[in-house]
Amino acid sequence: MATRRAKRAKKNRRQEQVAPSYVGRRRAVLALFALTVGALVWRAADQQIFETDFLQSEGADRHLDRVVLPAHRGVITDRNGAVLAVSTPVDSVGANPRLLRPDSETLAALARALGMGQQDLRQRLARYSKRRFVYLKRRLPPQQAEKVMAVVREHQIKGVRLEREYKRYYTGGEVFSHLIGFTNVDDHGQEGLELAFDQALSGRAGAKRVLRDGRRQVVDDVESISLPRPGRNLALAIDQRLQFLTYRELKAAVVRNKARSGSAVLLDVHSGEVLALVNQPSYNPNRSRSNKSGRLRNRALTDVFEPGSTMKPFTVAAALESGRYRPDTVIDTSPGYFKIGQAKVRDHHNLGRIDVATVLRRSSNVGASKMALDLPREDFWQMLATLGFGVDTGTGFPGEAGGQLTHPANWARIDQATLAFGYGISVSTLQLAQAYAVLAADGVKRPVSLLRVEQPPEGERVFSRRTAQAVRGMLESVVSMQGTAPQAAVPGYRVAGKTGTVKKVGRGGYSDDRYLSLFAGMAPASNPRLVLVVMLDEPTAGKYYGGQVAGPVFSRVMGEALRLLNVAPDDLPPGQVRLATAEVAR
Amino acid sequence: MRHTEPRSPSGLAASNPNRRQGLLAWIHLDLPLLSGLLLLCGFGLVVLYSASGQDMAQVQRQLIRLGIAFAVMIGMAQISPRTLHRWSPWLFALSVLLLAAVLLAGQIGKGAQRWLDLGVVRFQPSEMAKLAVPMMIAWFLSEKPLPPSAGRLLAAAALILVPTLMIAKQPDLGTSLLVASAGVFALFLAGISWRLIATFGALLGAAAPLIWYLMRDYQRQRVLTFLNPESDPLGSGYHIIQSKIAIGSGGLFGKGWLNGTQSQLDFLPERHTDFIFAVLSEEFGLTGALLLLALYLFIVFRGLYIASRAQDTYSRLLAGSLTLVFFVYLFVNTGMVTGLLPVVGVPLPLVSYGGTSLVTLMAGFGILMSIHTHRRLLPT
Repeated sequence: MATRRAKRAKKNRRQEQVAPSYVGRRRAVLALFALTVGALVWRAADQQIFETDFLQSEGADRHLDRVVLPAHRGVITDRNGAVLAVSTPVDSVGANPRLLRPDSETLAALARALGMGQQDLRQRLARYSKRRFVYLKRRLPPQQAEKVMAVVREHQIKGVRLEREYKRYYTGGEVFSHLIGFTNVDDHGQEGLELAFDQALSGRAGAKRVLRDGRRQVVDDVESISLPRPGRNLALAIDQRLQFLTYRELKAAVVRNKARSGSAVLLDVHSGEVLALVNQPSYNPNRSRSNKSGRLRNRALTDVFEPGSTMKPFTVAAALESGRYRPDTVIDTSPGYFKIGQAKVRDHHNLGRIDVATVLRRSSNVGASKMALDLPREDFWQMLATLGFGVDTGTGFPGEAGGQLTHPANWARIDQATLAFGYGISVSTLQLAQAYAVLAADGVKRPVSLLRVEQPPEGERVFSRRTAQAVRGMLESVVSMQGTAPQAAVPGYRVAGKTGTVKKVGRGGYSDDRYLSLFAGMAPASNPRLVLVVMLDEPTAGKYYGGQVAGPVFSRVMGEALRLLNVAPDDLPPGQVRLATAEVAR
Repeated sequence: MRHTEPRSPSGLAASNPNRRQGLLAWIHLDLPLLSGLLLLCGFGLVVLYSASGQDMAQVQRQLIRLGIAFAVMIGMAQISPRTLHRWSPWLFALSVLLLAAVLLAGQIGKGAQRWLDLGVVRFQPSEMAKLAVPMMIAWFLSEKPLPPSAGRLLAAAALILVPTLMIAKQPDLGTSLLVASAGVFALFLAGISWRLIATFGALLGAAAPLIWYLMRDYQRQRVLTFLNPESDPLGSGYHIIQSKIAIGSGGLFGKGWLNGTQSQLDFLPERHTDFIFAVLSEEFGLTGALLLLALYLFIVFRGLYIASRAQDTYSRLLAGSLTLVFFVYLFVNTGMVTGLLPVVGVPLPLVSYGGTSLVTLMAGFGILMSIHTHRRLLPT
């Protein structure tokens, strides 16, 4: 029944030509609409109402970016403002390997412009093909980088861009390299004062927020987050003229004497400032920075040695301070040696009965030892320690050595005896210069400084003015024709100084054919202004006495330095003095 | 629904609807539909100006295309449904022939063979098929009383399948789906039984693995990406993630015209074509998106109204299926842009930059207007 009725209904519907019942269809269509439109609206509303914050931050992550603004690194100058290290802008060429594919045809032109092999370039891009940035060539001069970019534009090479960086140039080259050191490719100090004062020199990088588009190009600046703060400038105590002079003379002496290495330190007596500090061998920080044969080492600060006879003035000063000795006190050094247990202290010749001044002038080990053994060990040690031995000078220089000064509680008699002539103690060239500066400054010790000092520090008294003057007087005879270093004399100036010819420690004890040649001294002796210590390690050209090897260097450098600094001569024959005053008068 | 024409004993002349609706009706235009279309296209141009990166030249080119498309629409409106009915089989035959020609000697662009170079103009026969297939099915089914018999249904299915497969072979999955759905809508409106629909749906579900097997790699990739766009955020998932960010960033009221970061800064791919809805959503927010949707729905409902008022089966089926295909267009595009559907290259109808589909769509609306304005009152 039901089916028949349905069939009839269907037949009826078929017969209705104009308006068959489309109710079902219409409902279906409307339901479909409701469903799909509902889904769309739900979807849009979900994203635009509930996920808005998340999706907005996602968007911000994509188009907002922080860009670092590099700070300009401070300039390093000498005491008079001459520039020694300066950062100049350079451009590094970088590429996005995702845009610049290793197989692009334009690679040949790009490689030519960069001055690198096409194969190298391709390999580099291939190796970092997953990255978004790779350096192609760092630190090109801006003009050259601009040429590269011209090629990039011409060939429409994609994904290549420039990054502004700063490169450090060292105008002082090898003359200043040990002192100043250098920075690495990221402009961080690696050696020397660049390392010691890295933070102050670096300044603080700034940052800004920028808008980037889909191709990662910066479209617009949004805001400045922080301005870059440029690094502070550094003024050294060094006088560029004196540094060049000292370097030239030291280098010549090292070559002439075929020495392994050498150092020289020139100090201003009144301020403790280091006016020159040089070493050999050296390197040019603008080029190679390899540490081959230790050429990167600032030996004057980092290397210590036994000071030998250059120590004797301090033994004498301690003896004078004790009140047991006067400059004319006579000491018996015959027969030219004496024994302490198994050990023997000896002089080159039997000097016989000599006074204290002669001990210094003729550099008698026996005399110095006998004086030292006569002193309370605590007092002797106290003086050496106060002079700055056994502890670094406090310049803050990276790797500065303090040397060794054994505490008297551990001294044997032989230790006390050898200490008197500079064995069993180790010092750096700078420490030795610092100690001589005390003699020069009438017994007052001032801290040495690698940076320019505006106000000379007070200083600390180590021994009396009388002692200092007495020792200085004795040291003047060293450069006389009867002394050990007539070659160290400076015409027109009185010089006080002491030679040292140190046997080097080798395997199985002290060597008989390897020496350290030293000369430490000051001028003008009447009122010392400069202290200079010259050290040459293992001269092998025949001469090895301190007076013969280091003495001439001292003479030339000191003489030239005194003239450059307009220090009044104190040793002119009467006629010349008149002439000089006449010149002033005119 | 509103009662249409006043009845007059004096016959056809007095009750001629053209006279009553004035000038527009005289040139066979339907005012509600026309105003909906104009509003939508105007809104589209505003969005396009922003999406093109404020490129006035692009907007002008689109304006010219719109002009051509409206001209085609007006032209189509003048052709009476009777004439269309007569042409249907021939048009269908012609488009199948042209599709075959494309497969044999078509132009290759973007990795697919879709264009036919006729010397003067380049021409996409698949666009023609979008109109020809529903016309053909409507013609075929209206020959005999509805609902169709099983044999005729099978024949109709075959008629749909031939051009669909030819387009899919180009390959142009998006268009082939649109063409197929146009035919299927005609079948559906013709009143095939629900049981048949259910059976077919079940069959389709069972055949899913087979379809997967027949798909090309990039098509499979799109489906996979759709299921989890974050799996490859820089590759195939890039489009949809950027689009989601753009839409979501818009919020309720949007960032303002020309202020969308995703679109103005080039993060959004295909922003002036397939993904223009994302630009609109970012700059005008949910409000703008709903407004656009409302405009579309107004047009769709007007189309369905026209279908319901059609006076013969052919017109009704044709108007209904054209309207529904328009809706499918809209849904596939917005669904894709919002991440509801996989990425299929279907532009947002009447708004996306580009001319070919624009002309086809407007021709379809011309047919709708023709159907509505060529009615003759029949005595009940």
